[in-house]
Amino acid sequence: MSVATYDVVIVGGGIVGVACAYECAQRALRVALIEQDVIGGGATAAGMGHVVVMDDSDAQFALTRYSQQLWQELRRELPAEVEYEQCGTIWVAADEDEMSEVLRKHAYYSRRGVPVEVLRALDLERIEPNLRKGMTGGLLIPEDGVLYPPCAAQFLLESALLKGATLYSGSTVSRIGSGQVYLSDATTLSAAVVVNAAGASAPALTPGIEVRKRKGHLVITDRYPGFVHHQLVELGYLKSAHSVNADSVAFNVQPRQTGQLLIGSSRQFGAEHKDVDQEIMWRMLQRAQEYLPALAKTSAIRAWTGFRAATPDKLPLIGQWPADPSVYLATGHEGLGITTSLATARLLADQITGKASAIPIEPYLPSRMASLEHAHA
Amino acid sequence: MPDDITVLVNGRTLAVPQGATVAAAIVTAGTYCRDSVKGEPRTVLCGMGICFECRAEVDGKPHQRTCQIICVSGMRVSTQDRMSR
Repeated sequence: MSVATYDVVIVGGGIVGVACAYECAQRALRVALIEQDVIGGGATAAGMGHVVVMDDSDAQFALTRYSQQLWQELRRELPAEVEYEQCGTIWVAADEDEMSEVLRKHAYYSRRGVPVEVLRALDLERIEPNLRKGMTGGLLIPEDGVLYPPCAAQFLLESALLKGATLYSGSTVSRIGSGQVYLSDATTLSAAVVVNAAGASAPALTPGIEVRKRKGHLVITDRYPGFVHHQLVELGYLKSAHSVNADSVAFNVQPRQTGQLLIGSSRQFGAEHKDVDQEIMWRMLQRAQEYLPALAKTSAIRAWTGFRAATPDKLPLIGQWPADPSVYLATGHEGLGITTSLATARLLADQITGKASAIPIEPYLPSRMASLEHAHA
Repeated sequence: MPDDITVLVNGRTLAVPQGATVAAAIVTAGTYCRDSVKGEPRTVLCGMGICFECRAEVDGKPHQRTCQIICVSGMRVSTQDRMSR
């Protein structure tokens, strides 16, 4: 039996996997992509699709900003159903403590060339009248945007296929290693590079990588056009997203082009079941209503959950896996996979083809995990 | 008929029997309930409050499941579609 041979086989058709397929195919590599279910049907479909610059660390800033600029470059090619919209983010400060964080962020982003604007209480009331009165202020990041991730994933897949990539749909991968990909239907693929882009399921194929499932809930409302105009996120989000172990909720509301409102967010470790957790969803909606009291009069039509792929240092794993040089990782993006998918694909393809990257790649290399273990010991 | 009541559907007066649902009134008025996100017409389907296809505005409240609401005299019903705007 002949074994199909590729330069690169990518396991996982979420936004990160399809972005990698697209980028590698653009560079004339022979690419295969394997998706066991629906393209963009996992964490990609569960997330908000917020294309956001973040600054938990310099490395996180570099990756999110680079990738946001790649989305902006791609924007003209995106079909209408991707619903890319540069609505901007407002980080809402509820007190003076959070307002000092607004000023710190303002200085950080400004120094790095990202347009930002400090909003005072009256500005906020004028721009977002549904926000509770008495907020201290906020930070507007006008270049942040939103998109509809499943359609973005489908677009990237189709672009990759046009460039000659092959899709193995409905195939489950049972094992990868030493340049081989074993499918559960007894097919074997051979490749110089096998990319594990299986999101939160990545450790099943590459044991030993530090990726944990971090469950999230989202709720979507019926259509209320003009209810909010920007993605609104509480600055306390940083506190809750930072706390590594406790279950947490934070106010995070996004306007969709349809007029619907996406309401988040929650973070839970150790919750492995897909079911909606009524208690945490209730806390999440209560939090949202503290910021947008009129939400109480809207009707929600759907709630769901998803699993982020979280790493201990909140940075993704992009690059060669030291234990098997044929295996490359592209996972661990936690809540930023939509934003950082395009940059991830660039950095990965740069490494595969031996090209220099636009930003330093060291913070994302899987080999850093060995040194992290030492640090923890 | 003596038992009929009147409601307003998209601003037009309509007589319906006592006990009629708002969804029935919308159908009687010769229109449908709302447009889908893609602009397709939607109207009452399951008739028991499960499918959410029959949502429309009732007395100023948007997105009400009209198959679950009984008409009251003077009620104002607006369908949520481009035709009614």
